[in-house]
Amino acid sequence: MPQVSLTVNGKPASAEVEARTLLVELLREKLGLTGTHVGCDTSQCGACVVHVDGMAVKSCTMLAVQADGAKVTTIEGLAAADGTLHPMQEMFREHHALQCGFCTPGMVMTAIDLVATHPDGLTEEQIRHGLEGNLCRCTGYHNIVKAIAAAWPLMHGKGMPAAAE
Amino acid sequence: MYDFAYQKPASIADAAKLLADPEAKALAGGMTLIPVLKQRLNKPATVVDLSKLGLAGITVSGGMVAIGAMTTHVTVARSAEVKKAIPALASLAANIGDRAVRYRGTIGGSLANNDPTADYPAAVLALGATIKTNRRSIDADSYFQGMFATALEPGEIITAVEFPVPEKAAYVKFPNPASRYAMVGVFVAKGPKGVRVAVTGAGQNGVHRHTAFEQALTKSWSAAALDGIATPSAGLNSDIHGSAEYRAHLVGVMAKRAVAAAG
Amino acid sequence: MAPPFEGIGASVRRKEDLRFISGHGHYTDDINRPGQVYAYFRRSDRPHAKIVSIDTKEAAAAPGVLAIYTAADLAAIGGLPCGWQIHNKDGSPMAEPKHPVLAEGRVRHVGDPIAVVIAETKQQAKDAAELLAIDFEDLPGVATVTDAVKPGAPQVHDGVANNVCYDWHIGDKAAVDAAFARAAHKVRLDLTNNRLIPNAMEPRAAIGEYDAATGDYTLYTTTQNPHVIRLLMCAFVLQLPEHKVRVVAPDVGGGFGSKIYHYAEEAVVTWAAAKLHRPIKWTAERSESFMSDAHGRDHVTTGELALDKDGKFIGLRVHTYANMGAYLSTFATAVPTYLSATLLAGTYTTPAIYGEVTAVFTNTVPVDAYRGAGRPETAYLIERLVDCAARETGIDRVEIRRRNFIPRSAFPYQTPVALQYDSGDYVATLDVAMKKADWAGFPARRAAAAAKGRLRGIGMSTYIEACGVAPSAVAGALGARAGLYEVANIRFNPTGSVTVFTGTHSHGQGHETTLAQLVTEQLGVPLAQVEVVHGDTAKIPFGMGTYGSRSLAVGGSAMVKAMDKIIAKGKKIAAHLLEADVRDIEFKDGKFTVAGTDKSKTIGEIAFTAYVPHNYPHEELEPGLEETAFYDPKNFTFPGGCHICEVEIDRDTGVVHVVNFTAVDDVGRVVNPMIVEGQVQGGVAQGIGQALLENAAYDASGQLVSGSFMDYTMPRADDLPSFHVATENTMCTHNPLGSKGCGEVGAIGSPPAVINAVVDALRDYGVRHVDMPATPAKIWSIMHAAAPKMAAE
Repeated sequence: MPQVSLTVNGKPASAEVEARTLLVELLREKLGLTGTHVGCDTSQCGACVVHVDGMAVKSCTMLAVQADGAKVTTIEGLAAADGTLHPMQEMFREHHALQCGFCTPGMVMTAIDLVATHPDGLTEEQIRHGLEGNLCRCTGYHNIVKAIAAAWPLMHGKGMPAAAE
Repeated sequence: MYDFAYQKPASIADAAKLLADPEAKALAGGMTLIPVLKQRLNKPATVVDLSKLGLAGITVSGGMVAIGAMTTHVTVARSAEVKKAIPALASLAANIGDRAVRYRGTIGGSLANNDPTADYPAAVLALGATIKTNRRSIDADSYFQGMFATALEPGEIITAVEFPVPEKAAYVKFPNPASRYAMVGVFVAKGPKGVRVAVTGAGQNGVHRHTAFEQALTKSWSAAALDGIATPSAGLNSDIHGSAEYRAHLVGVMAKRAVAAAG
Repeated sequence: MAPPFEGIGASVRRKEDLRFISGHGHYTDDINRPGQVYAYFRRSDRPHAKIVSIDTKEAAAAPGVLAIYTAADLAAIGGLPCGWQIHNKDGSPMAEPKHPVLAEGRVRHVGDPIAVVIAETKQQAKDAAELLAIDFEDLPGVATVTDAVKPGAPQVHDGVANNVCYDWHIGDKAAVDAAFARAAHKVRLDLTNNRLIPNAMEPRAAIGEYDAATGDYTLYTTTQNPHVIRLLMCAFVLQLPEHKVRVVAPDVGGGFGSKIYHYAEEAVVTWAAAKLHRPIKWTAERSESFMSDAHGRDHVTTGELALDKDGKFIGLRVHTYANMGAYLSTFATAVPTYLSATLLAGTYTTPAIYGEVTAVFTNTVPVDAYRGAGRPETAYLIERLVDCAARETGIDRVEIRRRNFIPRSAFPYQTPVALQYDSGDYVATLDVAMKKADWAGFPARRAAAAAKGRLRGIGMSTYIEACGVAPSAVAGALGARAGLYEVANIRFNPTGSVTVFTGTHSHGQGHETTLAQLVTEQLGVPLAQVEVVHGDTAKIPFGMGTYGSRSLAVGGSAMVKAMDKIIAKGKKIAAHLLEADVRDIEFKDGKFTVAGTDKSKTIGEIAFTAYVPHNYPHEELEPGLEETAFYDPKNFTFPGGCHICEVEIDRDTGVVHVVNFTAVDDVGRVVNPMIVEGQVQGGVAQGIGQALLENAAYDASGQLVSGSFMDYTMPRADDLPSFHVATENTMCTHNPLGSKGCGEVGAIGSPPAVINAVVDALRDYGVRHVDMPATPAKIWSIMHAAAPKMAAE
């Protein structure tokens, strides 16, 4: 069986996998990182989004062997070592952008990528379009959109956004 | 997914040798292949990963935009050179699938697969691009051979796609409400190869040219020139998301919007 | 500095969020037990067929396979039960064919489980399942209620004539006939309430485990009601002693009704774990969810409204065909009847109502309660009928509603269809919503849209619903096979913190926060000192779980009752410590005080005394400070409100854009406004999904056409606008909190508002009704068909 070695959340990891093993299966089943979820089997729901070499990708649509040598960040790797949350995590909580929490890891990973790749600002329309690949059944997206808008200035060093309503 | 042997060759020659086996499948970005394998709709003995062949990259020179087969959609979408030379192509790439798909999906993978609802085939056909392979150059008109069918032979690997820079071009699609793939996508172009209009998503045989629209637009490049030209619904898809008649109607709407967007 | 306000009315941030945003939620599929193996179910890919034979030989020999079970192996276990018995018009009971755990000789819907393969790995189980050689003999199938009741239609079950499960009615037929006989106007509408697939983002999963040394079973499962699952599975299916079975519902990723029911997979993994002495995990792939989670809605209804010359509603007659699917799911039978037809009065004074329901078997996935469960169907029918009535009588649609509203002064209001509404103010929610939505400014917005070539429409619904099904005695008399109370145990720990054990279950609703706020409010314990425990039959008392927006109104009320007992006992302890008469002890803000003095003890001190009873009234009181209360409500609660939707339609493509959505709901007492708004937003999104996007499509034979997210249109972020959500509340009069429930209002009030807006936008096309979902293709077809007529005019 192929051997895969990669860096996950800053730490080296390796495992023996079948060639057909998906990255998400490696993370959840071999490495015990169950924060990344599987919500569909047609690569549409986005619950499994992680960052691979800095890019937000669907870990259910990538073979574990394709991630050999890559740097992977999962939802578990976002907070600082002292437990300080990433601003996106913080804003999701502040704006009640999650209910059941199942889509949340993928949503947060996509949202971070969305904000990071829009240094000049993000409109509501851009946020909604940017979430095209992530399904949420609980929130109606309203508060997710708010949370991402609120995280933008924090991630781009513009200080705290105005207090939540 | 059924299990398979995984190979990541370091040269095109090695890759071609592996892919000469009819039981082997090429893996580019995997955005279609992996979902297909997950559904157990395909059972390759070997999956050949093309990511170490050095096929990614964009060069623009002499009125030609050359895009390496393994160039991801996001790279095309963000490329300043592509945005300048063929903004319609950058914009098409920026709207394929979703963000996560665009980081992994590649132009070569899209064209080799030739999904009837894919976006890139419309650009390739309308712009009259040339598909470069490890063996030859194939012009767009002879490359697409119906749904999921192309001129590629076993062991033949797309290495790059060359797009002549058009005078005007635009792509507008109507996404399937559920899957967000193109239900109807129309690419219009006016360039060195004349006026060309390609339609993706709608047809039962995949991407195709719309000669009636091409003739009208050759006479007069304006959305109004398409008024009154009906698109026949014969040969168009019909499903729970819309009838063939609806798709035929949308072809006209998208074409007009594309012409307007192209300016 | 004063402590932050964390009681009733505070939008405190959720206690449960930290684990979810950091990836440390604990969902069923995240659990792995030592020695765990995997189950994969081979399901029917055909709608209706006889199983001629099953050859397991090749599959059994495949790598990693431990066992293969079919119906033949399950002969000793029972079928999946239905929890509500409906009676026909003639008093006879409904048809209740067996719902086998694994198909017995015949498959009746795509997705019907036939066999289970258990193997060392998930992939091995799936690989082997493909090797099962099953010989089918196809039978004709039927998917729709209208086809299923036709003479000569394929019969889903032998012995169920015409596929009719029951033929039920409610109300006064003669009075309604009389009303129609004297009516000045009659309005009729035929409509379909489209079939939906719940699609909670977490697919169902279950792990069965058996301890041979103790004989104890554990089932981890994605359920909204662990005790109900334990009861149904033990008593009806596996015949296991309840005290030897523990059911754990850990973090559950959304339910919306689909995780209420007892499913085959739960029983199979529990049963097989004892056979194999290995923990067995099953996790649904999404494609399995599409064909095995209970679907929602699927009603075909005819409604007729009689009005007098002044536009007053004088009679309502309704007939519904309700699709049950191939088998009766746990609460399927109650949905179109007691959860739907009993609300036919809506918010109006219609004096005579008659409703009939024909429930029908088809070769489709079982249908059961989905967010709203029966109430969305009724609200949609009534609010569409009212709009049609307004148009056909020429009375303004707001005016006709005002003319017919049950006035605030009329509560409690007895409807002609069994229910008694306790409170509401429909004029108030209407007025606030119209103001927030700027109803008055709509004509200008319509004109502006028209100038840009777009069709703009506005629509409203002034709906009512019923939550917290109760009381148990009445529900029982009507056929419910379960109690509908709720339970809470409030346990003080010696150092003054509180653990709440609730029978309700949180799968996104935020109970760990909201229920804790009740403790903070009533007992004065800081929120951080309160922990809510739910979802484990080994920990919590026997509760009924979460559905029908019941958790606060019923479960919260049980907590209030339990806390009343805590305070009563605390007063006695305080009286002892403070050497005062218990009648002089007052309790406020977490302190017991001798009235008129500054002598007091905090509740923390009282708790400590109760557990370290050195100075304690032992003759009078037991030590400890822990109380349990069961609460059986006297009535349903009746949330209602006004939803207003504004749409724009792209003439070229038929795409409907929701450009504005306002929801003003009466949900009674609000504990956490932030959470209530979130619940309404989510519900509205599902309602807009039903109205514009979602449809579980079957072909005529019963083949599921929309079997994945590729074809089933889930609402995405860019399909929806930001919402304007507010509450305008009257209090529930019969529970101690005054709360009514907020989980379903969004999904109930919104679909008619959306369709009323769509029909309004199309008013120049002569369109009277558009069935849901109003997809671009459907709207285009309507406009396309009407275009020649318009050109001719």
